[in-house]
Amino acid sequence: MDLALQIVTSGLLTGGIYALLAVGLTLIFGVLRVVNFAHGEFMMLGMYGAYWMWALWDIDPYLSVFVVVPAIFALGLLVDRLIIRRTIGAPEVTVVFATLGLSIFLQNAALTVWSADTRSVTTGYTGTAFTLGEVRASVPLVVSFGVALVLALALWAFLNNTRFGKAIQAVAQNRDAAALMGINVQRVYMMTYAIAVAGAGAMGAIAAPVFSVVPRVGLSFVITAFVIVVLGGLGSVPGAVIAALLIGVVQSVVGFMIGAAWAEIAYFAVFMAVLVLRPQGLFGRRGAEVYQGA
Amino acid sequence: MTLLDVEDVAVYYGDMCALSSVSVSVDEGEAVAVLGANAAGKTTLLRAISGLAPVAAGTIRFAGETITHVPPHERVDRGLIQVPEGRLVFPFLSVFDNLRLGAYAQRARASADERLAFALELFPRLKDRGSQMAGSLSGGEQQMLALARALMGQPRLLMLDEPSLGLAPLLVQEVMQRIDVIHQEGVTVLIVEQNAAQTLKLVDRGLVLENGTVATSGTAADLAASDEVRRAYLGI
Ligand SMILES: Nc1ncnc2c1ncn2[C@@H]1O[C@H](COP(=O)(O)OP(=O)(O)OP(=O)(O)O)[C@@H](O)[C@H]1O
Ligand SMILES: [Mg+2]
Repeated sequence: MDLALQIVTSGLLTGGIYALLAVGLTLIFGVLRVVNFAHGEFMMLGMYGAYWMWALWDIDPYLSVFVVVPAIFALGLLVDRLIIRRTIGAPEVTVVFATLGLSIFLQNAALTVWSADTRSVTTGYTGTAFTLGEVRASVPLVVSFGVALVLALALWAFLNNTRFGKAIQAVAQNRDAAALMGINVQRVYMMTYAIAVAGAGAMGAIAAPVFSVVPRVGLSFVITAFVIVVLGGLGSVPGAVIAALLIGVVQSVVGFMIGAAWAEIAYFAVFMAVLVLRPQGLFGRRGAEVYQGA
Repeated sequence: MTLLDVEDVAVYYGDMCALSSVSVSVDEGEAVAVLGANAAGKTTLLRAISGLAPVAAGTIRFAGETITHVPPHERVDRGLIQVPEGRLVFPFLSVFDNLRLGAYAQRARASADERLAFALELFPRLKDRGSQMAGSLSGGEQQMLALARALMGQPRLLMLDEPSLGLAPLLVQEVMQRIDVIHQEGVTVLIVEQNAAQTLKLVDRGLVLENGTVATSGTAADLAASDEVRRAYLGI
């Protein structure tokens, strides 16, 4: 029983970290109708940001979030200006190649500048753990989980409680109608992209105490995040959070019972089962993924 | 005073010419109808005026300023408001959120509360449905919401694209009557309709689009009396 609790706990904790990556991905898709293949690379940049601030100036990775988020947000604005904006309305392959190209570019830039060396952050709390009864949970994992969920919740609150958040939802639901309300659709796209990739950057920074950093680190994370996004329902922020927790638990349970290699197979199996039984995902709205306005 | 002046406007979808050399002008306080069969280019005309369809030739002036290439949201901020074809309410936002988004433009924010009261007075049924998702409203209620939402934008010119489309006859009456009230309140109206008989009772002037060009135009009485319009669009 305690073992089961232990496995579920570590699954939930890891899943929670993924949630922050997945909500940004689902937001970009829901609003811009763009599949952001470069999403994992913004996370990678956030990780390196946290790593170097720790390595050079001994800044705690959790504090580095305050630098990483504005920096990646600014980078997101720039990327929108230079690339994303130009692909809106273009054929789908153009969008795919543009963000895939960006992903490859950023990976190789990181490889060139920082080499392929595996780096990791060690702090005073590395290796320490909280214990509750028989259940142990590593301190950095718990803190990262908490920060990730707070940030995901903050994003959700922003979308639902501010005028601009409502404008973002309006654009997601009908671009033309949003323009007819006086909403600057292009600005909404730009801000949404920047906010979402800043979330990926934040996720990278808080993942730095938990996972090692290499230039290709974004890839495996983003693939899991894609599974989460589809599972949660394309465009659904709460769906992404719940699906992330679910995938974390599946990964952890299967990884323990059968073996780590089976974990990915298992959640892809869950993923396909959901798509067959409920194509819109757990929380998605049927048809939302193809709705493009008038 | 001329509020809207569309001059020799052309719009293309790829190679297909949807509008060619169309001119329309609407004076402050007037109500003008655009009639025409399916695919005549009525929606395209309104989309061009709102900035959603790119204009290949010609000019559009609003309140004396050229807006041919001004982005759509800035046109809304000048009081050029459209209720689009098919209503296009935001289905997964509440009725109140839809209404509040109607007053998103800077010029409409300050007086949003007053106009919310007016809109709810005109469409009382929306009041009880405030927190309901707009997508769960009936077709008629969605049309009322789309009209109320447009009022929230403080229109100087209100453009309506087939507001009676898909509504039961009784509801058509109701919607037309509300549009008349809005017009009487001093809002200039440009209305696209296929329901010519009803529409011509409401407007001062009208024009008929045919294959992307203006086929005839005149006063409402002239149009209602003209054999051509009666045969083609009034079904009599
Ligand atoms: N987005 C588009 N892409 C290509 N062609 C279009 C597009 N929108 C409209 N058209 C074409 O342009 C022509 C004019 O269409 P429009 O929608 O303006 O007509 P309408 O008068 O509003 O018709 P209806 O009464 O059916 O609403 C039609 O032939 C239509 O098929
Ligand atoms: Mg039309």
